[in-house]
Amino acid sequence: MSRAPGRKQENNKISRELFVLTYGALVAQLCKDFEKDEDVNICLDRMGYDIGIRLIDDFLARSAVKKCRSYSETTDMIAQVAFKMYLGVTASVNCCSAAGNEFSLILDKNPLVDFVEELPAERASLCYCNLLCGVIRGALEMVHLAAEVTFLRDRLKGDAVTEIGITFLRKAEDKKNKRN
Amino acid sequence: MAIFSVYVVNKAGGLIYQLEHCAPRTDTEKTFSYPLDLVLRPHDERVVVAFGQRDGIRVGHAVLAINGAEVNGRLTAEGKDVLEFLSNPANYPVSIRFGRHRLSSNEKLMLASMFHSLFAIGSQLSPEVGSSGIEMLETDTFKLHCFQTLTGIKFVVLADPRQAGIDALLRKIYEIYSDFALKNPFYSLEMPIRCELFDQNLKQALEVAEKAGPFGPGS
Repeated sequence: MSRAPGRKQENNKISRELFVLTYGALVAQLCKDFEKDEDVNICLDRMGYDIGIRLIDDFLARSAVKKCRSYSETTDMIAQVAFKMYLGVTASVNCCSAAGNEFSLILDKNPLVDFVEELPAERASLCYCNLLCGVIRGALEMVHLAAEVTFLRDRLKGDAVTEIGITFLRKAEDKKNKRN
Repeated sequence: MAIFSVYVVNKAGGLIYQLEHCAPRTDTEKTFSYPLDLVLRPHDERVVVAFGQRDGIRVGHAVLAINGAEVNGRLTAEGKDVLEFLSNPANYPVSIRFGRHRLSSNEKLMLASMFHSLFAIGSQLSPEVGSSGIEMLETDTFKLHCFQTLTGIKFVVLADPRQAGIDALLRKIYEIYSDFALKNPFYSLEMPIRCELFDQNLKQALEVAEKAGPFGPGS
């Protein structure tokens, strides 16, 4: 993950607080703009998707991982390598379905909700971190894996843990043009 | 040691970026008197040497300029037909520049999509299942290296056959792409890359790779 020596020796890190605050400001502004929680969730998901389709190449370029050969390998990669690289935390993986295409990531610590205690009463069904779902969905789509990503359980809504569910859908790209 | 050019091809096979870093320019300009001892003939949109190779002017070289003025396809700069002009003894002595015709951007687009198809055919011809496409194409004057990312973007580098470290260079170009093209919020995916920072950093990376010479970087 090191940069070439040709780059300017600047401090590449910015404050984590700033990032968390920015995310919070984003969600707060969306709440002012939209009345319904569903709209805010959809907007966050779409923004996350736009981030995900670009972030995937950054992830692949920096981590130089090989192509994953199964859904569970892919989910492990997201939970252990990607989350670590971008959020500094790792998630644990659970496989929920017999068909082998439903997984969930259990997040112990979520840096995005560092300063959030609980959702306000009128925003009970807001998925605060829905951006993450969009990011994962966008990234998977760019490597030809269609998936549905949603929040199954959320600490902010009173559940015990934060759980993100990933359901891999049928691969649409099974044509003669198999790309590696 | 030289890296000749870099091409970036998107998922659909369209060329989204190309850079001619160092073209082995083999132009020769000579003054001729009537009659011309080279045999010229029209070919596509150009006038090429058919016979009479000498002094660095080779068969297949095109007429690039007459008396310093660049020719326009088969017409001189003034609009006269080149072959007619050269068969008139009154126009001699004349100075003609011959050289290898540079590819136009349309030709590059076509070649990129053709390579994209060949790449796919390459992976299907393989006796092993799940093999990659064409990674390297070697000729006596250059080597073509190709790296396809898991997202379907191909980075193609044409370099001198003795140049080493191209694999590392391809990975570096991938990093530069993911930084300066993808992270630019105004760049749309799969579209031609028009980002200054991408150009600059790519040229820097090419220079570093070239300086490393035939032994690769870190030697």
